[in-house]
Amino acid sequence: MARGPRRGPRAVLAYLIRRLFAAAVMLVVIITVVFSIFFIVPKWAGVDIALSFVGKQADPAAVEGVRQKLGLGDPVYVQVWHFFKGLFVGRTYTGGGDTINCSAPCFGYSFRSEQAIWPVLKDRFPVTLGLALGAALLWLIMGVSAGVLSALKRGSLWDRGAMVVALAGVSLPIYFTGMLSLAIFVYGPLKWFESDYAPFADDPAQWFSAMILPWVTLAFLYAAMYARITRATMMEILGEDYIRTARAKGLREGVVIRKHAMRSTMTPILTMLGMDLGALIGGAILTESTFNLPGLGREVLLAIRNQDLPVIVGVTLITSLAVLFANLVVDILYAVIDPRVRLA
Amino acid sequence: MTELSKSGAAVGEPTAASPAPTAFLEVRDLKVHFPTDDGLVKSVDGLSFQLEKGKTLGIVGESGSGKSVTSLGIMGLHTAGQYGKRKAQISGEIWLDGTELLSADPDHVRKLRGRQMAMIFQDPLSALHPYYTIGQQIVEAYRIHHDVDKKTARRRAVEMLDRVGIPQPDKRVDNYPHEFSGGMRQRAMIAMSLVNNPELLIADEPTTALDVTVQAQILDLIRDLQKEFGSAVIIITHDLGVVAELADDLLVMYGGRCVERGPADKVFYEPRHPYTWGLLGSMPRLDREQQERLIPVKGSPPSLINVPSGCAFNPRCPYADIPKDNVTRTVRPELAEVGSKHWAACHMTREQRERIWAEEIAPKL
Repeated sequence: MARGPRRGPRAVLAYLIRRLFAAAVMLVVIITVVFSIFFIVPKWAGVDIALSFVGKQADPAAVEGVRQKLGLGDPVYVQVWHFFKGLFVGRTYTGGGDTINCSAPCFGYSFRSEQAIWPVLKDRFPVTLGLALGAALLWLIMGVSAGVLSALKRGSLWDRGAMVVALAGVSLPIYFTGMLSLAIFVYGPLKWFESDYAPFADDPAQWFSAMILPWVTLAFLYAAMYARITRATMMEILGEDYIRTARAKGLREGVVIRKHAMRSTMTPILTMLGMDLGALIGGAILTESTFNLPGLGREVLLAIRNQDLPVIVGVTLITSLAVLFANLVVDILYAVIDPRVRLA
Repeated sequence: MTELSKSGAAVGEPTAASPAPTAFLEVRDLKVHFPTDDGLVKSVDGLSFQLEKGKTLGIVGESGSGKSVTSLGIMGLHTAGQYGKRKAQISGEIWLDGTELLSADPDHVRKLRGRQMAMIFQDPLSALHPYYTIGQQIVEAYRIHHDVDKKTARRRAVEMLDRVGIPQPDKRVDNYPHEFSGGMRQRAMIAMSLVNNPELLIADEPTTALDVTVQAQILDLIRDLQKEFGSAVIIITHDLGVVAELADDLLVMYGGRCVERGPADKVFYEPRHPYTWGLLGSMPRLDREQQERLIPVKGSPPSLINVPSGCAFNPRCPYADIPKDNVTRTVRPELAEVGSKHWAACHMTREQRERIWAEEIAPKL
């Protein structure tokens, strides 16, 4: 090559390796930060960590047992090591006369409900994932198409109508739209859908029926935001010089929109999608509570109510990892869409 | 009817609606108006010119004089991207090789775009799509108008890149625009616009965004390619230096209208409009004495919503009071012949202008 950076598949591969490496580094940072939030910061604040892990009603012997099990007397680096080790190879909690085995990946152990956290998370995670992905699919289709149409028919009745609906969608809280839809479609005049969740593997029809309203409710909120972003981005892109060039070539307007304008419009949408999906996978607390879905969001709400700290630690960890993963996927998609990113 | 000049683009009087002209490109009384909340913007307000194949017309004027809108109007791109906005109003006639474009079916005009008439834009970085390779963009331009497979189109793209002087075209064809330098990008842009052998090439400020050292190369390239392909070329610029050597004819625009036009050497050496004098005075020249300063045209370009009554240039014209009865502020001057195929729109008499040019303007240039 005469000059210039690497290109083609090699550039993409190099970019991929860089992103993966960065993600691995972030993984270590995230785990360390989560550990600090729950095991170091409270100590500075003078909180008895063992006590908060057991619960306030526990007797002193049990508290002492948990203190030994968590190794709270050990130096910090030993504690961090055990925390990491638990996640990757598993760990044992010893002290107070008994030993608890927590196999990898050990996201912690609830001394209250006397069970490891990971099986609970593993149980809850698919519910939330299904909710988030299904809703994302819906809101992408609704939001992006509404936004593009609005941009192309700017100022028209359709545009004004869509933007009013979008404004409503952004403004109405989930618990309002959720309750309203429940009242109409589940308990009310139209008994179209199930209210009881069933895992997809057990009963796909009931799973689908129970998920439709949560999907639509959640998607309504996000579709509104995506429609507005898409409309604004599309309008900006349509004013770009390269769109004029595409028309000057003699391309049909439909091709100009689909091939030239849409591809550029996808970039900011993808950025938003990465962040939104990451956050949602960590638990759609309001949606899950409203529709009584046994996902991570409802689990963490219960844990907060019961002051079950280990569960909160576990959910925090898995949420952070979900955000990290979603961002990694978005970064890779970026490189596919925008060649300039591959050099970054 | 107009008589075509032997030097190329003719400078005849605007003709009334009449059958198909003999010139390759003839624009008659072109008006492009944009309705806005503040009023009607008359970007182009009655412009006529003719251009023959193999000849170059330079359209000169400052920002907002209507140069670019004229070119977009010819290409049929003046309404592009105006989704939902109030549409631009265009009237007049644009005859390209016997077809009147404004009354033609828009889809027919679309098919002419890129094939019979092509355009080069000012900033090649923003005019090329950042997400597609140079090759993909040239291939696309070729395949819209030619039913060939991708391989053939790619060979054509490489050939064109080679023709515009891009080294290792078979490799560079897979580069993205951001991997090209500014001059290379404009070369690629030229390759793309010439890929279908257009008979009319419009270059809208083709060198404004480029380094001075690259400007001359690009202009040479355009000239060489024109000789090779025999196209008619319109070069739009605010820089008289750009068109000085390239253009056969010059058209000076002010406030959406033509104020002077004629063979390039006539307009350069015997300009007959005070605005052209101003443009010449504000052009840096190497042969000018060091101690003399550039003479800017005083004031600012006219509002295209409230164009000054009378001569649009009168608020900025140092000679506005020479004609009697305040006529410069009340009556719009029409183009009048001031020499062979040389026209200017000014209320001063020919003798007055010849005297001012010879005694006051020319010695200072």
